Amino acid sequence: MARAITTRKKVMWTALSWGIGLLIFFPILWTFLTSFKTEATAIADPPVWFAFDWTLENYRAVQERSNYPLALTNSIIIAVGSTILGIAIAVPAAWAMAFVPGRRTKDVLLWMLSTKMLPAVGVLYPLVLLAKWLGVMDSRILLIVVLMLINLPIIVWMLYTYFREIPGEILEAARMDGASLRNEIIYVLTPMAIPGIASTILLNIILAWNEAFWTILLTTVDAAPLTKFIASFSAPEGLFYAKLSAASMMAIAPILVMGWFSQKQLVRGLTFGAVK
Amino acid sequence: MATQHSRSAARLMIAPAVFVLLVWMLIPLCMTLYFSFADYRPMRATFEPWIGFDNYVSFVTSSSFTNSVITTLQMVGGILCITIAGGIALALLLDQPIFGQGVVRILVIAPFFVMPTVSALVWKNMFFNVDNGLFSYLYKALGLQPYDFLSQAPVFSIVVIVAWQWLPFATLILLTAVQSLSSEQLEAAEMDGAPGWARFWYIILPHLSRAITVVILIQTIFLLSVFAEIFVTTNGAFGTRTLTYLVYQRVLESQNIGLGSAGGIIAVILANIVAIFLMRIVGKNLDN
Repeated sequence: MARAITTRKKVMWTALSWGIGLLIFFPILWTFLTSFKTEATAIADPPVWFAFDWTLENYRAVQERSNYPLALTNSIIIAVGSTILGIAIAVPAAWAMAFVPGRRTKDVLLWMLSTKMLPAVGVLYPLVLLAKWLGVMDSRILLIVVLMLINLPIIVWMLYTYFREIPGEILEAARMDGASLRNEIIYVLTPMAIPGIASTILLNIILAWNEAFWTILLTTVDAAPLTKFIASFSAPEGLFYAKLSAASMMAIAPILVMGWFSQKQLVRGLTFGAVK
Repeated sequence: MATQHSRSAARLMIAPAVFVLLVWMLIPLCMTLYFSFADYRPMRATFEPWIGFDNYVSFVTSSSFTNSVITTLQMVGGILCITIAGGIALALLLDQPIFGQGVVRILVIAPFFVMPTVSALVWKNMFFNVDNGLFSYLYKALGLQPYDFLSQAPVFSIVVIVAWQWLPFATLILLTAVQSLSSEQLEAAEMDGAPGWARFWYIILPHLSRAITVVILIQTIFLLSVFAEIFVTTNGAFGTRTLTYLVYQRVLESQNIGLGSAGGIIAVILANIVAIFLMRIVGKNLDN
């Protein structure tokens, strides 16, 4: 919608957009500021904005809380693990569906999507029961598998939409030149598929990192990731705003940065190609 | 291009994904279905494998079910209204030529990447808290009595938290749709003297209708399962018990597996009704 715009109009829109943008971002900004305050300043009346003695004390205190390093490690292992596992299963499937489509490809894709829409509470007890029976309750491997399964439809879909954009003619040309299937995959397909795979990995790590149903209900201590660790602050004795803020910032900062890089992929990954 | 050989190779490549999803969907779902017809309360050592539809009848006829459905509708409806209206406004705003557009976009999108337990706790303590929350300071500064959001307007408070998280999602998708609108059409309408609201109502809104439908359907599916925000803020108290939360409490807190499983099956059926509409749209798009 590019139209001739006067500078005054542009300045006006700019001011409005920045105002609203900052308003929406404010809770995160406030958490960021509070994380550098002392507990007393954090609840000062009236609130202190910038003029306080910035301290790193809270970050140190949270890191010294016995279970923080464990929660961070668990979050990383679970998010990365479930993503790697999911990619390993999804790449062949998406590759086959994109390049060798059959009559039922569409049905399979839609069916996969439908599994994503299954409400988690519908399978809550059986999963708890199976986990206990297998002796994997509160273990990382359980969460890796469960999060892989709930995100697998999204991974397959994203990869499928990326792979479909790779022109089939290129593959045919390679085949005409006598490339074997293996060479075709290694030298032709992989370089073209890597950006799509990378975006998929990025989005999936974000989704797995923030998942807060299974991670809360299937863990107690040993496998508890940051989602569960943060929830432990909701207990009354955990009411320390500055420390809560520091813990929150450490939990969301890496994902915020990754999220900003994956804006475009977000639309693709979460709308299943319904919006272009 | 597809020979018989590559066909069977393709089937082999799809098989693992289909297999794990099939197992994942069928086994637990069948177990839930089985339990939903049983009187199963492990804490009282009760297990009677077949009591017919008793669980369904007592789940649906209890007042907590009716209340949970009302709460769910209020929550999902409220969040959808805020995110759709706000999303359209923000998408149109971000489409304007402004200075530092990229930065504003980043600011607007950020809440989507905050983990649910963090946003729930931050809002609960640092904004809604009646003693030390920012809103209380604001009320006091305006000479008003501080308001205890989470106990006096609990559903509204949770709507605010979740809407804040989902507004970026709606905005991003609607922005993608706005940007695909042709400028010629708008310019022609402007030259014909169509006022701003008419351009919005007759050109922009119809163009966005599909994207809006998609946002509504996808968000509804995710919002029906909102859990962590309730778990952290009110733990289901003060009338914030949604259907999802009611099932969770029946299954894991009161350990009435039969009753909870019946509720779980009902939740699955309700979610599927929404899912069918979404699948139809996605399916149609797949053909193009």
